[in-house]
Amino acid sequence: MRSVAAIAKRELVAYFATPVAYVFIIIFLAVSAALTFYVGGFFERRQAALDTFFTFHPWLFLFLIPAVGMRLWAEERKTGTIELLTTMPVTTTAAVIGKFLAAWAFIAAALALTAPMWLTVNVLGEPDNGVILASYVGSLLMAGAFLAITSCMSALTRNQVVAFILGATVCFLFTMSGVELVLETVRAIAPAALVDAVASLSFLSHFSTITKGVIDLRDLVFFVSMIVFWLFATTIVVNARKGL
Amino acid sequence: MIVMDGLSKHFGPVRAVDGLTLAVDKGEVLGFLGPNGAGKTTTMRMLAGFLEPSGGRAAICGFDVATDSIAAKRRLGYLPEGAPLYGDMTCAAFLAFVAEIRGYRGAARRQRLAEIVDTVALGEVLERPIDTLSKGYKRRVGLAQAMLHDPPVLILDEPTDGLDPNQKHHVRELIRGMGKEKAIIVSTHILEEVESVCTRAVVIAQGRIAADGTAESLLARLPRHNAVRLVVPAGAADAAAMVLGEVASPQAVERLPAADGLVTFYVLAHEGAAPLAAVAHGLHAHSIEVDSLGVERGRLDDVFRALTAQEETAPEGASPEGASPEGAGSGHA
Repeated sequence: MRSVAAIAKRELVAYFATPVAYVFIIIFLAVSAALTFYVGGFFERRQAALDTFFTFHPWLFLFLIPAVGMRLWAEERKTGTIELLTTMPVTTTAAVIGKFLAAWAFIAAALALTAPMWLTVNVLGEPDNGVILASYVGSLLMAGAFLAITSCMSALTRNQVVAFILGATVCFLFTMSGVELVLETVRAIAPAALVDAVASLSFLSHFSTITKGVIDLRDLVFFVSMIVFWLFATTIVVNARKGL
Repeated sequence: MIVMDGLSKHFGPVRAVDGLTLAVDKGEVLGFLGPNGAGKTTTMRMLAGFLEPSGGRAAICGFDVATDSIAAKRRLGYLPEGAPLYGDMTCAAFLAFVAEIRGYRGAARRQRLAEIVDTVALGEVLERPIDTLSKGYKRRVGLAQAMLHDPPVLILDEPTDGLDPNQKHHVRELIRGMGKEKAIIVSTHILEEVESVCTRAVVIAQGRIAADGTAESLLARLPRHNAVRLVVPAGAADAAAMVLGEVASPQAVERLPAADGLVTFYVLAHEGAAPLAAVAHGLHAHSIEVDSLGVERGRLDDVFRALTAQEETAPEGASPEGASPEGAGSGHA
C-alpha cells in the first residue's frame, strides 16, 4: 500500500517538525533511567538484568503514549486538513494505519535509544539477552496497544487536551484491570466469568509474563488484537465524525 | 461529468441540501452562488466524498461518490473551503506528498511538480513552511494540490476568497484556461466572477436550485434588464415624456422623481430588445436636451438578492441552533 507509506512518511516528518518529538524522547530517556536507578534500585540489586527498567514501562507509557498519539486525528480536525486527507484517493483504513505506523515507528526509535541500558548490563555482568529482547518486543507491542487506544480517542475530538485525557484514562483502565483492587470491585457486582474477562484484558499481566522471558503466543496475540481492534474502531470513528 | 440526482443532506432536522439535480459537462465552468448557509459547501463536500449524502446520488465521471468513492476521488481535484493545508510542511514537501498519494513516481513526479509549481507561480516560496506564507500563496498551494493530477473534474470552494485583485485575476485566468477541457464547479460570493469566468450560473437558496442559466439569462430576469435609461434636465422632462409616449407603450415607461435637477426615465425592453434606436431618434427629432442615454444591463447582485431575499429574512445560518427546520441551512454548510 503506497498510500499508507506516503501518509506514514508525512506523519513521521511532522513529528520532528515540532518540539513534540524531542521533548518526548528526552523525557522518556530521562525518566525511564531515573526510575530504573533511583526507584527500582538497579545497583542495589546487584543483578545483571533489566527487569527494573521494564517494570516501569506501563506507567511511563500511560501518559507518554497519549502525548504522542493525541494529535493524530484531533489536529487534522482542528486545522481542517482532515477534509484534504479524506478527499484524496485514500481509504480511511490506509490513513488510520499510516498514521499509527508513523507514531509507532517514532516510539520504537525512542525505545531503541535506551540501548545504552542494555550495553551497561552487558558490561557489568552477563544478563539473559533473550529475556531482554523479549521484554523489548513486549514493551513495543504494549506501546502499540496504548497508541491504538489513543488514536481512537483522538478521532473522537478536535481538542488535543481532551484526546490526551481520554486516551490516558482508557489506557489506565486497561493497565489496571488486572489489579486486585479493580477485580475486587468487579467481583462485587459481576459474575465470575466477567471478572476473568476483565482480568484477562490487563496490559500489566500480559506484559509482566513477557518480561519474565516467557513469550507466550497468547500474550502476543492479545496485544496484536488490541491494536487491530482499536485501529478498526478508529476507522469507524473517523468515518462517522469527519464532517462534524 | 458531474451528475447530481436528488442529492440531499440533512443535519438533524436541518435540510442543508434538499434534492439537488444538476449535471455539469466537459467544457463547462459552473458558478455556484448562494448566500452563506445555502448549502454550497455541503454540496461540494458531498461531491468530494467528505460528507455522505442523506439522500439521492452523485457521480464524478460515472463513479458514484458514495459507493465508488476512491475511483471518483481519483478523477477529482478539490479545493476545500478556506484551503486547509499542513502548515508545518514546506510547499515542496507538501506537494511531493500529494504527488505521491496521487500515484506519481520518480522522474514523472519531478516533472509534474515542476509543471504545477510553474502554473501557479509558487517557485519563490517552495522551501518555506506553509504557515509562514501569505494568504494568496496559501490559496495557490491549495489550487496546486487540487490541479496536480490534472483531473477531469475540479471542485473549487471559493478559490479567490481573500485574494487581492491581481491574485484574483490570476486565479480566474487559470480557471478559465482549464475550463475548456474540464468540468469545473466554482463557488463564489463575487458575482463579477461569474460573468468573467463561468459559462453557467446556478443560484441555490435553502438547499434548492433557485435559478440555473448563463449570467445573461439570469440578468434577463430583472424587469429593467435591457431597458433604456434616459436622464434629462428637469426642464425637458415633460417634452421627453411625450416623446417616450410615442415610441413605447405607457406601461413600459417609468418616470422617477426629479433629483439634483435631473429626471430619470426607464423604457422597458420589448420582447428582450432595447428600444434604444427609437428613443434616440425621437429625442433627436424633437431636439430634446439629454444628460445621458444608455441601455441598462442590470447587476447580478440584484438578481441574487431577488432570488434569495426570502433567505435573508430567515435566521441567518451562523449557528445551527439558530436555524429553524426550514431555515437557513446550517453552520456546517
